[in-house]
Amino acid sequence: MLITKLKDKQSLLSLVSGKAFLIHCHGCMELSFPLEEAAAVQKELSGAGKVAGVMTADYICNPENLRLRLRAHMDEISQADMVLVFSCGVGVQTVASMLEEMKVCAACDTYPLPGFQGLTPLEHDCGQCGECYLNLTGGICPITACSKSLVNGQCGGAKNGMCEVDPTMECGWERIQRRLAALGRLDLLKSPTQIRNFAAGGEGTKETTTV
Amino acid sequence: MKITELFDRGEFVVSAEVGPPKGIHIDHLVEEAKTYLSGVHALNVTDNQSSVMRLGSLATCKVLKDAGLNPIYQLTCRDRNRIALQSDLLSAAMLGIENLLLLTGDHTRLGDHPQAKPVFDLDSVSLIHTAKLLESGVDLGGNPLVGQAPSFAKGAVVSPCSDSVDAQLTKMERKVAAGAEYFQTQAVFDPEKFIQFMERAKQFGKPVQLGIIIPKSAGMAKFMNDNVAGIHVPAALIAELKADKEKTKAGITGIEIAARIIKACKPYCQGVHIMALGWESKVPALLELAGI
Ligand code: SF4
Ligand code: SF4
Repeated sequence: MLITKLKDKQSLLSLVSGKAFLIHCHGCMELSFPLEEAAAVQKELSGAGKVAGVMTADYICNPENLRLRLRAHMDEISQADMVLVFSCGVGVQTVASMLEEMKVCAACDTYPLPGFQGLTPLEHDCGQCGECYLNLTGGICPITACSKSLVNGQCGGAKNGMCEVDPTMECGWERIQRRLAALGRLDLLKSPTQIRNFAAGGEGTKETTTV
Repeated sequence: MKITELFDRGEFVVSAEVGPPKGIHIDHLVEEAKTYLSGVHALNVTDNQSSVMRLGSLATCKVLKDAGLNPIYQLTCRDRNRIALQSDLLSAAMLGIENLLLLTGDHTRLGDHPQAKPVFDLDSVSLIHTAKLLESGVDLGGNPLVGQAPSFAKGAVVSPCSDSVDAQLTKMERKVAAGAEYFQTQAVFDPEKFIQFMERAKQFGKPVQLGIIIPKSAGMAKFMNDNVAGIHVPAALIAELKADKEKTKAGITGIEIAARIIKACKPYCQGVHIMALGWESKVPALLELAGI
């Protein structure tokens, strides 16, 4: 289990282009989830006429569960220009992998909670880095999908699209490149140099993270 | 001397690579470098190449510099965090080592200490950014440096024959944006691919040195095809290496192949970087045959 915090409001509102379909996950909310802040953002977006629909669900990290839930909202989703997910990084990645044609954005950053592990990380993994990169990488987590957790693009080690560390694993940055190309968002790869903040979360800092 | 000054002057810049030994005796490396590589403009010193623990790159650079050669300090992000990397960059500047080649580095799992913790606190792009920041007199933590700031020629690598060439070009662009001033490439065996790559890379306006490995045998070529990222030796070249075993063993076939690749690519690049991998003694003959 983990802790999510909303990204700062300005960067959140600037993420939304056109109409957004909002997904709130309340799976682990008994622990720590910014419910009130999320409601405030939703209110602001909906006041501006930017909400195409809202879905609230438990454990969207569980693909079977999510697939069923999404089915009931496909009409609204098809009206939307993007999907904004209020959940941990696993939830966002699960949504992104099911809505391949959509721009799927993370509304939260995910932090580790000392002593707890993520609940149902089945296909996707979140390293709880505390500064979610999914909005720059087409919903594929560079921290867990890349063996070196690189945040500025592919290293020189990929061979036939596979990772230098594990030839049975597809290179995460190859997947990111492909997904952004499919979304027409290769411009995101020209983002300014990213420098990780290990004081924000991630392994090795669990003891010192204060919440 | 900064390698960027040579590019600025329009020189076709030739560099070669040396790998420090696994031990403390460096005389042999220095002797070989002085004998065979004094004709090149600069010498790359690898940083625990392939994640195999060796004598340090920085110390070796200093020894080469004292011997009158012009070293390029290779620095990877595999073994050091941002504090150690910046400290080593300052050490390099203090020792008068001005040429850098900044890399992410191979994963620890690939080397001779697979149990080691991989660091990757920074990566090639953020390390270039950091070197540039130090040049402005500030460190990555935002703290001012005392006294004169260091000044470097900041190099980076790119892999033109990678099967992920789009991702490589994207990364190259990010390196340029972060402050990379020149590039060396992974070894090229297919001039056609390199030329296509340069058609796309020339928009960045940075000098590129063609990477060259002298192929030693058909077996080596096949091994690289199977195991080394970004290297593809075409079947025709493997057949050529197979045809006359004695000639190949003597290094003549490899030199002919490498010289041909250099000649075909020369109009499209600004220099050549030779990774001799133990065949340092063949570098003068190669340069002569290639007409440089
Ligand atoms: S980038 Fe990855 S590790 Fe970081 S919060 Fe997002 S999903 Fe989790
Ligand atoms: S090959 Fe790809 S996944 Fe593996 S370390 Fe390099 S960039 Fe990351």
